[in-house]
Amino acid sequence: MSSRAIKATPTAWFIWAAVIFFFVNLAGVVGSVLVSSFGQRWFDTWVPSGFTTQWYGDAWREFGLLQVISVTLLASGLVVVLSVLVGAPAAYVLARQNFPGKRLVYLTFLLPILMPPITYGIPLATVLYKFGFAGHLSGVVLANLVPSVPFVILTMTPFIEQVDPRIESAARMLGANTRAVFLKILAPLLVPGLLASAILVLVRTVGMFELTFLTAGPDSQTLVVALYYSMSAAGIRAQQSVDAMAVMYTAMMLVLLVVALRFVNPTQLVARVKEEPSE
Amino acid sequence: MSNTLSWQHRLAERGVDRKLWLLLPATIFVLLLFIYPFLYGLSLSFRPMNGGGVLANYQKFFDDAYQRDTILTTLKISLPAALLNVLAAVPIAFRMRGRFRGKRLLTTLLVVPITLGTVLTAQGLLNYLGPTGWFNRVLMSLHLIDDPVRLTNNYWGVFFSLVITGFPFAFLLVLSYLSGIDPTLERAAATLGASRSQRFRRITLPLLAPGLATTFLLTFVLAFSVFPSAVLVGNPAGSTRVISLAAYQAAYEQYDYAYASAIAMIMGAVELVVVVIVLLWRARLYTGSTGGKG
Repeated sequence: MSSRAIKATPTAWFIWAAVIFFFVNLAGVVGSVLVSSFGQRWFDTWVPSGFTTQWYGDAWREFGLLQVISVTLLASGLVVVLSVLVGAPAAYVLARQNFPGKRLVYLTFLLPILMPPITYGIPLATVLYKFGFAGHLSGVVLANLVPSVPFVILTMTPFIEQVDPRIESAARMLGANTRAVFLKILAPLLVPGLLASAILVLVRTVGMFELTFLTAGPDSQTLVVALYYSMSAAGIRAQQSVDAMAVMYTAMMLVLLVVALRFVNPTQLVARVKEEPSE
Repeated sequence: MSNTLSWQHRLAERGVDRKLWLLLPATIFVLLLFIYPFLYGLSLSFRPMNGGGVLANYQKFFDDAYQRDTILTTLKISLPAALLNVLAAVPIAFRMRGRFRGKRLLTTLLVVPITLGTVLTAQGLLNYLGPTGWFNRVLMSLHLIDDPVRLTNNYWGVFFSLVITGFPFAFLLVLSYLSGIDPTLERAAATLGASRSQRFRRITLPLLAPGLATTFLLTFVLAFSVFPSAVLVGNPAGSTRVISLAAYQAAYEQYDYAYASAIAMIMGAVELVVVVIVLLWRARLYTGSTGGKG
């Protein structure tokens, strides 16, 4: 097998060149933001005329980033806790039990992931405004729960399927009630699954633009929404302080990503759409 | 007493027992935050803000060429982008299945653009592909072009942003589908004298096709709802005025929630048409066991 990997055919060269081209451009996209955020003045040259860190201080003060970041962390934290609490029990039932109408229930839980956020986001925001939730942190949390709960269900199901049901039966036979089975048997065994789905929901919520954008008020903007507003109001602020803010957002996402990859497989970050078992 | 017991017993045999209560929180949640808003939006879309018939909002949308064209604009951006992402992912994933050194690093690197999100990608593209950005500088110093190529604030800016966020997504999905196909099938075909291209066409591709359809759908859904990049790196007044932007403007600039809901419903319907077409095509493919974990 290894000899085949070394022997490079023209197609292989072409494919590797395409991959490298993609990464070079990706590095350019990310790198230009990074370099610009440290640059003094950058007009028609390869690199800025001088380097400074003043833009980070400017961005921090001008955009009130302390408040924005604490809102981001608070909202994402609440979404993680609530979506795990709501989603994990449902995942348990869906993984273990066959009951009439299961396919319908499963499909209903899947729908929010398959729809573009704007499609259900606008009616949802209208409803949230009607009941006075939107414009506050509670609205942001409620809106972000919509794709998060299905996501917890999807990621938790395979983890639950791996736990042998006989362990539960044994515990029950030895006199454990439902509560004890859940707290003493299932919860410890499911810690990896819970961690995986929690960190995935966290990454997705911090990065979620559309739903937060539609429901956030001036005091409940998350970092990505604040970044969007500062970009679309270009010209008022120095380009570099917007770049500095973008770098801070990237840094936050990268930290989360590094943590996430300790617990999950990269393909899980993308989706865990299990095919309907067809055997 | 014994009657109720046997009744409970029969239900339990069909899987209906007290454990189903665990579904309750999630069901209430889906009903309140997804189904109810959706139905509310649907009924709101039939009650135009400024009076008129039941379908006045829909008529308004389809009568106004500026609004109607957003459907075509969105499809013109999202379909090619989704198609390119899936088609480019296949040969690359095909070459990278199995084990090799640095595979984990590569997949990790590919996850990065997904987490960057569209807003940061837009900011980077503006800097990098702009008239004085590094991309144009390199091309000009190589004397490939004389004047900077215009790649931002138009169709291409949005297209590239969709490729940067969508391609890694498609690649990782295709890779996981590919590694779910039992490699012994291909080896068996090789033993029976099938050439490399025959093995790909007759064994791998048919087994992979349903996964490709799913990947295409998920990438398409991502691309179809393109919003921040259409505003930031696109030309939101013209060539990249996508339908989600039309819906947003109706809701947050004209405060006409009924009209905005109508546009959102049209958007959902258009997306659903594409999804159904792909799913119908997918249903004709082989979806049995692939022998692997997929």
